[in-house]
Amino acid sequence: MIYLNGDPHDDIGEQTVARLLALLELEPDARGIAVAVDGEVVPRTGWSTFAIPDGARVEVLTAMQGG
Amino acid sequence: MVDPATRQSDVPENGHVSVSRADQLGGDPTTMVPCSTDPQAAEALTNDPLTIAGRTLRSRLLLGTGGFPSLELLAESIRASGSELVTVALRRVDPTARGSLLDVLEREGVELLPNTAGCFTARDAVLTAKLAREAFATDWIKLEVIGDEDMLLPDAPELLMAAELLVDDGFVVLPYTTDDPVLARRLVDVGCAAVLPLGAPIGSGMGIRNPYNISLIREAVDVPVVLDAGVGTASDAALAMELGCDAVMVASAVSRAQDPVAMAMAMRGAVQAGRLARGAGRIPRRTYATASSPHEGVADFS
Repeated sequence: MIYLNGDPHDDIGEQTVARLLALLELEPDARGIAVAVDGEVVPRTGWSTFAIPDGARVEVLTAMQGG
Repeated sequence: MVDPATRQSDVPENGHVSVSRADQLGGDPTTMVPCSTDPQAAEALTNDPLTIAGRTLRSRLLLGTGGFPSLELLAESIRASGSELVTVALRRVDPTARGSLLDVLEREGVELLPNTAGCFTARDAVLTAKLAREAFATDWIKLEVIGDEDMLLPDAPELLMAAELLVDDGFVVLPYTTDDPVLARRLVDVGCAAVLPLGAPIGSGMGIRNPYNISLIREAVDVPVVLDAGVGTASDAALAMELGCDAVMVASAVSRAQDPVAMAMAMRGAVQAGRLARGAGRIPRRTYATASSPHEGVADFS
């Protein structure tokens, strides 16, 4: 399981960031997306290889109106 | 420098701090607006570009995208404001969100300035800035580190720490800061590309509570000063420019106005008018009247 944007997801196991984004129906080359795993940035270049460990806290962020 | 006695006389007993011409002209001459009586030069003056960290902006109005009731109104307001640099926040992906903010901003041809709104520690602000760099492929960041949920005022020690870390990491850092000239100078010392002092708390619409400090900040630093937060209506934006600010950042004042597009237009005009007035050199304030019609030749009807 992982925590995705604060919510526990028992059905999502260990996998790459790229696969997780695909589950969220986000394009792998989507503009305006950033990913942090356990408080560290996962650079875009590492999305296809970085394996999200079990129990990880994953934040998937994008642009919102603000400021 | 201005004679302290002159300054004293500019502070009426009601406590409202007015800024005299001497104050306005007392700053670093390099920050002075050139002035000319040639109307074409005046036109050019209101369009003279602002340069921050090598990026040239023709508009001296920065627009926040927060608070607009719809993306359509945001787009229209951007066009009306003439702004070329708009802020965005970074938030969790909302799978149910309709319409893309980024598509709208791209269509309007504006540059993005991501912010770190919502961060209360240097650590969170630095991480958010790095995520914004990944998301938007820009190393510009409007750095906000908030110290109080109700006042939304900056947390000075955390802000300074975050600014230093981000500058060291190659960011162009634009910090939202208090109206403290000493803190502004410290932020520039660690390498910030501009300073964004508040006129009043975010979204308060209270205008510029301490114009004297904004003038002092303009004197204290040699980077662009952008009045950020507190603007409620066009006259606040004009005052910021008259005080010597290089640009004004507005969000709620436009987005939450009854007619955001009209207010965006008003802000655009106010920034230009204030810039022009700053360069024109206002008359000093006097306690008593000074007649503008000649005394000589007055008729005697007795």
